[in-house]
Amino acid sequence: MAEAVQEQAYDWSEYRGVLIYVEQREGLAKPVSWQLLGQGRRLADKLDTQLFAAVIGAQVEHLAQDAVAYGADRVYICEAEELRDYRTRPYSRVMMQLIEEVKPEIVLFGATATGRDLAGAIATHLPTGLTADTTELDVEPDPSRLLLASRPAFSEKMMATILCKQYRPQMATARAGVFEALPRDNQRSGEVIRLDNRMQEEDIAAKVLDFVEDQASVNLEEAEIIVAGGRGLGGPEAFRLLGELAAAMGGEVGASRAAVDAGWIGHEHQVGQTGYTVRPKLYFAIGISGAVQHTVGMSNADCVVAINKDKDAPIFQVAHYGIVGDLFQIVPALTEEMKRRKAAGMQAMHEEGEVGA
Amino acid sequence: MLHIVVCIKQVPDSREIRIDPATNTLIRQGVPSIVNFYDLHGLEEALRIKEETGARVTVVTMGPPPAEKSLKICIGLGADEAVLVTDRGFAGADTLATSYVLAKTIEKVEQEWGKVDIVFCGKQTLDGDTGQVGPGIACRLDLEQLTYVSEVKQVNAEQRTVQVGRKLEDGIETVETRMPVLITALKELNQVRRASLPGMIRGHRYKPTVWTTADFPDLDRARIGLKGSPTIVAKTWVPEAKSVNCQWIDGEDAQAQANQLYDGLWDADLPARLGWVQGGASHG
Ligand SMILES: Cc1cc2nc3c(=O)[nH]c(=O)nc-3n(C[C@H](O)[C@H](O)[C@H](O)COP(=O)(O)OP(=O)(O)OC[C@H]3O[C@@H](n4cnc5c(N)ncnc54)[C@H](O)[C@@H]3O)c2cc1C
Ligand SMILES: Cc1cc2nc3c(=O)[nH]c(=O)nc-3n(C[C@H](O)[C@H](O)[C@H](O)COP(=O)(O)OP(=O)(O)OC[C@H]3O[C@@H](n4cnc5c(N)ncnc54)[C@H](O)[C@@H]3O)c2cc1C
Repeated sequence: MAEAVQEQAYDWSEYRGVLIYVEQREGLAKPVSWQLLGQGRRLADKLDTQLFAAVIGAQVEHLAQDAVAYGADRVYICEAEELRDYRTRPYSRVMMQLIEEVKPEIVLFGATATGRDLAGAIATHLPTGLTADTTELDVEPDPSRLLLASRPAFSEKMMATILCKQYRPQMATARAGVFEALPRDNQRSGEVIRLDNRMQEEDIAAKVLDFVEDQASVNLEEAEIIVAGGRGLGGPEAFRLLGELAAAMGGEVGASRAAVDAGWIGHEHQVGQTGYTVRPKLYFAIGISGAVQHTVGMSNADCVVAINKDKDAPIFQVAHYGIVGDLFQIVPALTEEMKRRKAAGMQAMHEEGEVGA
Repeated sequence: MLHIVVCIKQVPDSREIRIDPATNTLIRQGVPSIVNFYDLHGLEEALRIKEETGARVTVVTMGPPPAEKSLKICIGLGADEAVLVTDRGFAGADTLATSYVLAKTIEKVEQEWGKVDIVFCGKQTLDGDTGQVGPGIACRLDLEQLTYVSEVKQVNAEQRTVQVGRKLEDGIETVETRMPVLITALKELNQVRRASLPGMIRGHRYKPTVWTTADFPDLDRARIGLKGSPTIVAKTWVPEAKSVNCQWIDGEDAQAQANQLYDGLWDADLPARLGWVQGGASHG
């Protein structure tokens, strides 16, 4: 009861606007940053307010222009040599200063290692509520202007909508690959405001000694096409066939845990409960039976194609297209036909272009 | 000697949780409780530091009384002391309220057993799954913060520095910083040991120290439990089991099947959406 009364007493009119943290490494933005600007734009429009972006780093000025092209009305940029690598203290200092001055009503970060590290520190400092790893973001219009932040829970078996009624800003981290970026528009105009860095190198204990990029790194979470294989492949060699199909389509190779545990392919390829949760536009499950621990990680794909010799395999229950048969026959045929169609597609486009010209 | 605190949480093994199809609610009954497995990797690393350079290892958890079981497991593995922080008033805590109580707990651990140099947390839990409690504790205690750690490369007790590898989405970063520091553990960090028989016996007999709100005279009641939690779970629902209608590709041979499948994908306009045809969308 007391709480309900208290709730009414808050006046948040000072807090306006949606702020997106633009994550980058060496001047290259993470795609999730533009995806969040896209979603942030939708939320800001619904609230009839402005969309802000925060760009922090060294030599990242071009990202301010990019942020405008992807939907921001105003970009706050803080550039300094001390900010070249992400480190919790100096970055959270800049973000704190920005949030205290600008007073956005909503602040969003990618649910990446860096985004979670940073958001967790800031939310505690402020303090305010922070919803983790959201996959749906909406707002209630005036007067509540509440952020409806929804996230999967209990190994993706449930969804929970989380609100933050008594604190501002409302903060959330959001998964990569879920929200759509706006098409880039270089004609858009926006304001760019510079911020001072207030932390000197000698005040920062953490030193980044080096960064080794993961060459073989697969990025399943952001992949649009995944060709995944399971125990049915029978050994590491067959993953070559899958690699060829993936290459022909411009996708990544995924795997079931059985294939990973057998040592046929690295853990970074594993999809499922103890691997990655993926949302590609197209997912091939090849020689995978469809155990629930696998399907929780992939059933949000827009389109699932299953190839299995057992027509009763549970994977067909989550598949849009099912092929019953021997993968060793089907996969090479798919690869060849894909190459042929892509070549034909280019050809057709080329001709169409000539006719048009 | 270094003093290391390991934060552990007892969680329902969410892999075993099922949804009741009739009521669309979670079936928690009969779901076993386990020590959040990332936390065990944190404990393992603490024990390795103890073996190499000498350290005292204190395990803490905030949870209901049955969480004592998890503390006993940690003692069995080699931790020196274990503290259960439990109180009705802590119930319903979100990550902000949880990190507040855990920070207060670590301060009290310091008073009882000496200054803390390293705090280990797991990367995230199996139930709440936010990964926010570690950074929350670091912020409140003004610790250095090293998240997503896949390797502890060096612990220098004299210089009071640590060097770690952090596994990020796109590679591995090596960072060095000073103590006191909070580290969140990935499963790549190490292989968790099994308890020895004498260890298990010690764990079995061990009585964890129990603290309630009464043991924290300066605890701000407005910042604990449900009241101290800015986030509210407003609703939960079970995402509709997408009843997918499987379209069978039943061509007589692999070539026919390939054609049939791709015709389907082409009809669904996938090539344009996937960029298989350049500028397909604007042509259409
Ligand atoms: C706690 C826990 C966590 C787990 N986490 C994960 C996880 O993250 N990801 C995951 O994938 N699993 C996970 N599992 C394991 C999961 O339960 C299954 O054991 C696993 O997914 C099975 O892998 P599979 O489908 O490749 O193998 P199988 O179940 O053995 O299926 C192989 C399939 O290949 C088919 N096949 C065989 N030969 C051919 C052929 N020539 N052509 C076509 N089809 C063929 C068979 O009909 C069969 O359906 C987890 C399990 C537990 C207990
Ligand atoms: C479905 C669901 C969704 C939720 N979503 C959110 C949300 O979006 N935002 C939010 O603020 N809260 C959320 N919560 C509440 C949150 O789960 C609790 O605050 C919980 O007490 C701690 O968070 P966590 O489990 O996510 O821990 P994490 O932050 O994932 O845990 C990281 C590490 O902190 C340590 N740790 C965590 N809890 C304890 C403990 N009790 N004792 C000792 N060490 C511990 C462990 O080392 C652990 O590995 C949610 C809860 C549920 C059930």
